[in-house]
Amino acid sequence: MKRIVTATVINQSGVLNRITGLMTKRQFNIESITVGHTEKEGVSKMTFVVNVDDNAKIEQLIKQLNKQIDVLKVTDITDQAIVVRELALIKVISNAQIRSEISGIIEPFRASIIDVSRESITVQVTGNSDKIEAILDLLRPYGIKEMVRTGITAFPRGSQKSVTDLKQYSILN
Amino acid sequence: MRAKAKPEAEAVTAEMTGADVLIHSLKKENVEVLFGYPGGAVLPIYDALYRSPIKHVLSKHEQGSIHAAEGYARVSGKPGVVIATSGPGATNLVTGITDAMMDSLPLVIFTGQVASTVIGTDAFQEADIMGITAPITKHNYQVRDVQDLPRIIKEAFHIATTGRPGPVLVDIPKDVANKTISPDYDSTIHLPGYQPTFSPNILQIKKLGDAVGSAKKPVILAGAGVLHANAGKELVAFSEKHSIPVINTLLGLGSYPGNHPLFLGMGGMHGTYTANMALYECDLLISIGARFDDRLTGNLDHFAIHATVAHIDVDPAEIGKNVPTQIPIVSDAREALKKLLEIESSSPETDDWRQKLTQNSENFPLWKKVSTSEFLPQRVVELVHEYTKGDAIITTDVGQHQMWAAQYYAFADANRWVTSGGLGTMGFGFPSAIGAQLAFPEQTVVSLTGDGGFQMTLQELSTLQELNLPVKVVIMNNQTLGMVRQWQEAFYEERYSQSLIPVQPDFVKLGEAYGIQSYKVTNEEEAKAVFEEAFSHRDPVLIDCRVSGKENVYPMIAPGKGLHQMIGVKP
Repeated sequence: MKRIVTATVINQSGVLNRITGLMTKRQFNIESITVGHTEKEGVSKMTFVVNVDDNAKIEQLIKQLNKQIDVLKVTDITDQAIVVRELALIKVISNAQIRSEISGIIEPFRASIIDVSRESITVQVTGNSDKIEAILDLLRPYGIKEMVRTGITAFPRGSQKSVTDLKQYSILN
Repeated sequence: MRAKAKPEAEAVTAEMTGADVLIHSLKKENVEVLFGYPGGAVLPIYDALYRSPIKHVLSKHEQGSIHAAEGYARVSGKPGVVIATSGPGATNLVTGITDAMMDSLPLVIFTGQVASTVIGTDAFQEADIMGITAPITKHNYQVRDVQDLPRIIKEAFHIATTGRPGPVLVDIPKDVANKTISPDYDSTIHLPGYQPTFSPNILQIKKLGDAVGSAKKPVILAGAGVLHANAGKELVAFSEKHSIPVINTLLGLGSYPGNHPLFLGMGGMHGTYTANMALYECDLLISIGARFDDRLTGNLDHFAIHATVAHIDVDPAEIGKNVPTQIPIVSDAREALKKLLEIESSSPETDDWRQKLTQNSENFPLWKKVSTSEFLPQRVVELVHEYTKGDAIITTDVGQHQMWAAQYYAFADANRWVTSGGLGTMGFGFPSAIGAQLAFPEQTVVSLTGDGGFQMTLQELSTLQELNLPVKVVIMNNQTLGMVRQWQEAFYEERYSQSLIPVQPDFVKLGEAYGIQSYKVTNEEEAKAVFEEAFSHRDPVLIDCRVSGKENVYPMIAPGKGLHQMIGVKP
């Protein structure tokens, strides 16, 4: 199962190495990982998407991450109300004739064309992973020359609906 | 005579070099002894050391330094401090660092590094020790700014010795050690991401108290966490209060008196039948400071399957890692036991259970061959026990001799047992004996070792010679890599691939070459005479015990089998 885990870390050299290293060591399969600054100076936030077999495995990952000295907080936000975004750049083969056709396809996705050349256009799209998969499916028939994705970044929404069985992991039992 | 030296490093002068700051900080941390080896990148540090009264033990290989520091830390509970140079000096520490990580030993390791300006250029003796040691340290630092040095050293000692102990490495570029500053020793530790839990959650303690009251077949599994927390007394009080039998893990030996009527012995692959059947049949398993290593549990599908599992551990990540746990308690072992003794709880009715266990120990005790013609390795351990009155510090490597030591040296007291458990490092035992002896100069320290493991770090005989410490090296020499041979016999149809080593050095001449009294004994009578002599004085001794090469360690759980599927429980 796919889990979205965020980790707030002290922005110290080597912290990314320690975290990816422990995931390799303990055989966690990282699907995507993003890192960036937060509102607090010297503090960064990482968002991982990991594929795990069961709850015990994700609990172990969170505990191991918590053990790292430079890690301040780890949360599995999968089951919370969250805002998830990922950005993709897609270079699609297109000549002048089909350019407007593609424009029409991407419009409902609120994607935009950010680069045009004689043989291709580059589409930028933001959203959750499903949305990006959907636009990719539609563009694939035209021929995708190149595609890059940032991996997701996410955090909980401002207000949470009352969910009773949220998964809680804490170092205090 | 010492060459003319600069003023003593310990005096805080307005301006000091990074190296002087380091030495001064070590004094502030009450470090008594350093284990190390000099080299290019640590020349400034060794120069500062030259002006300091701190004792430095020069090993003959960095692996010797770090294993000695581990031995020191294991028996004293104080952090072992190691210094090595950059590149090969640092990489030679890797086995020891991993060993300390696996067995939770507090170490603070200082490595030299090439100058900041050339880091990343593949400079002479440069190694990415930060990258190399990230997965095998509790934490590591590279000092970029010499002003950070006092704080980093404080943090390193704090992290190494609190919570679940472990190794912390501090990498110091040569220019940082040379740079002159006015140090700020008042800088405080700032570790917002490191707040280890010390006291237990009282609700969980009460839950465990209730579980104890209603259990019929309770058992306690005590590991090294009990030793780290110095909780032996509380463990005895708790087990006696409720008449709960106790099993030790390999590393936990000594945390419970080996001669106590409630003691069932060691559990696991070569544990006692009684201990393993108790783990298999129990209805309440209270694990304290143990981490359910695979050598202890055997096949997890058969481990404590009828039991409610309570797990007390200072490291939350160990709880639920291998064994599903119903009562998790994150706490220092001593704090948890104190609280368990404080709360009101009824005692379980364990007479039937204990009677059954007693029957098991009577029917299936540890056994060994009875032989008048062969010199059995198990007898060596028993004789060492006899001649040291069971009160020596015993260090071992890994393998058959380690298991026999664990089985036959009934440890009555805590912190007498120094062995490489998690990593299983050959060559660990002898240098760790030197470290243990430095921690307790008056104690008898015996390095029980095998002929294979001893040859991995025997260069430290030179260190022993120099220090003239009364370490007794007892080689259980069966001219084989015993445990490898045993597994080849059991699982590879006796194809003894590279495990028989009949060509050996003359260990007696070898010991004598280092100026150490050395003996060879080939039977019990000779051994008794030599042990009598060797344990009566305060000089180092090497004894080459030529034991039978065909003995196997029994009983045993074959790999993949459960605790109840032991083989070799009877002759």
